[in-house]
Amino acid sequence: MAKDLQAYWRTNITYVLILLGIWALVSYVFGILLVKPLNAFHLGGFPLGFWFANQGSEIVFVIMIFVYCSLMNSLDKEYDVQE
Amino acid sequence: MSILHWTYITVGLTFSLYIYIAWRSRVATTKGFYVAGAGVPAIYNGMATAADWMSAASFISMAGLISFMGYSGSMYLMGWTGGYVLLALLLAPYLRKFGKYTVPDFVGDRYYSDTARVVALICAIFVSLTYVAGQMRGVGIVFSRFLEVPVNLGVVIGMCIVFIYAGLGGMKGITWTQVAQYCVLIVAYLIPAVAISMHITGQPIPQLGYGSTIAAGPDAGKHLLDVLDVLNKDLGFAEYTSAFGKGQKSMLDILCITFALMVGTAGLPHVIIRFYTVPNVKSARISAGYALFFIALLYTTAPAVAVFARYNMINTLSDKAYKDAPSWFQNWERTTLVAWLDKNGDGKITYAPGAPFVGTPKLTGKKGKFGESLLSNKPTANKNELYIDRDIMVLANPEIAKLPNWVVALVAAGGLAAALSTAAGLLLVVGSAISHDLYFRMINPQATEKNRLLISRIMIGVAICVAGYFGIHPPAFVAQVVAFAFGLAASSFFPIIIMGIFWKRATREGCILGMIVGMGFTAFYIIHVKFFGAPFWFAGISAEGIGTIGMLFNFIVMYIVSMLTAEPPKEVQEMVESIRYPRGAASPTDH
Repeated sequence: MAKDLQAYWRTNITYVLILLGIWALVSYVFGILLVKPLNAFHLGGFPLGFWFANQGSEIVFVIMIFVYCSLMNSLDKEYDVQE
Repeated sequence: MSILHWTYITVGLTFSLYIYIAWRSRVATTKGFYVAGAGVPAIYNGMATAADWMSAASFISMAGLISFMGYSGSMYLMGWTGGYVLLALLLAPYLRKFGKYTVPDFVGDRYYSDTARVVALICAIFVSLTYVAGQMRGVGIVFSRFLEVPVNLGVVIGMCIVFIYAGLGGMKGITWTQVAQYCVLIVAYLIPAVAISMHITGQPIPQLGYGSTIAAGPDAGKHLLDVLDVLNKDLGFAEYTSAFGKGQKSMLDILCITFALMVGTAGLPHVIIRFYTVPNVKSARISAGYALFFIALLYTTAPAVAVFARYNMINTLSDKAYKDAPSWFQNWERTTLVAWLDKNGDGKITYAPGAPFVGTPKLTGKKGKFGESLLSNKPTANKNELYIDRDIMVLANPEIAKLPNWVVALVAAGGLAAALSTAAGLLLVVGSAISHDLYFRMINPQATEKNRLLISRIMIGVAICVAGYFGIHPPAFVAQVVAFAFGLAASSFFPIIIMGIFWKRATREGCILGMIVGMGFTAFYIIHVKFFGAPFWFAGISAEGIGTIGMLFNFIVMYIVSMLTAEPPKEVQEMVESIRYPRGAASPTDH
């Protein structure tokens, strides 16, 4: 049981780290650090870097939270720790 | 019917609705009062959190702010939404499993220390009070602009309304009124945005509209953002979509401010406390997702409104004769949100970078030869003649888009909903910090339920009076203290809660010293820079972004001190272990 729970926690941490990686990528990397080179590309009428900073990161943030919720709901069931 | 009539009707209707909801959700237990009985369904908690979080500033000022800042304004959009990812992934589920009433509760129990509890308590009260003063002022301003009552009377009316539903229903009353307030404010924000998007680009969805092509006029067929870049450049401003240029913020500063806003959001007690109100851990996670979805509806519309408003403003005002200016300009002149000072006497509005005159507009009450309201302000040396308050971008939107009067009235009701919902959430934090954390947990643990409820209601009343006082007599530094609220939340609460959950070895000593160093540094820097006019001496980072550095100091000090001190007692380590697994999240208890 204790070993199981450790595996549960490790998987959770892995999910969190991967998602936080995406979180940092869309906002800090695409939206700020690489905004100038990305602005050379266009998404419709939006310069790409500007779009990530203005809208793209917010949209990705929302999707990410729902993805995390569904991952954790199935993980909770797998390790039988759900409510 | 006139705008004024419509405004009385919408404000009257929405206020009656709030009071009706408050009456239906009045409570008789402390659990109901502090955490709404932990029975709020996730989707409604998401709506309530969104209303709680989006203040008068988000509703009225943000689009205008972005409109003037261009790309740099994105730091507010990313910063104020990214924090919810941190909440969902790192904080909300664990705090819900922990299951107490307040943030100082968690800090005091996890760090087995009343000293830590008191430090957290003082932070929570300070952060919330600085924030709420601005909200009360916002209520007063909306009243005075739309209902033509004095600002101070507006503040008093707002205080009474908040007291009715916060005092009567505590968290339960606040939650259900916030749900209603979210609906009012989002409808009020979206209708004008959709209309103006249709008007300029023919695209009904504003989020897509500002990346589309212009529908009519000399620039028809060109992409709106490209046209705006050119307009900005021709007038001597930085191109709208360009980054880090002359006169804009540096990359490092934008990074730091965005990060400070994100962790500050995740550390704000009135936001965290909302996740105690749901029935279980699963709902805590998903309600952060709903909250961000509801927030993002407004936060992705705001940059679109910003672009439409700026394009429209430059197109209809810049280099046009004053007598041909659109009617909304004259309508709003008397509110001093817009003004024109004809420096070169050519009767045309010249728009250029820089302030047109010293200070905010002071009307002389006389009209000039072109019919403009004359000002007594001293002109500046640059050629700019146009004064535009950032709030006008949202407030005048319905008139710019030629929408009927009832839409204008709806915007007033939306602004009030945004201000009142945030104020109520903050006041509950102050009331519960004093009545629960200080009185019950530290002074009189034997207090009866009835007694504690009474104290809570009195404390909310006191907090409302303090907030109202600051709303009526705003300290000169209201704008500056917002940086304080975020900086302190980022440098104090965020690191100690994260470490408390993810690192069993974090000790009492580490927590207290970490908080003191992180907060001390942040407070010192902000005071030094904002009040004593020092330059941005830490790597050129502005006061808004310094919370990031304070947070790093907190983490480092906490790690070193924790490693040097005895490890936490066994039962605390077991508690940290247990909050990691969702099963068995009892409903919150007070001891």
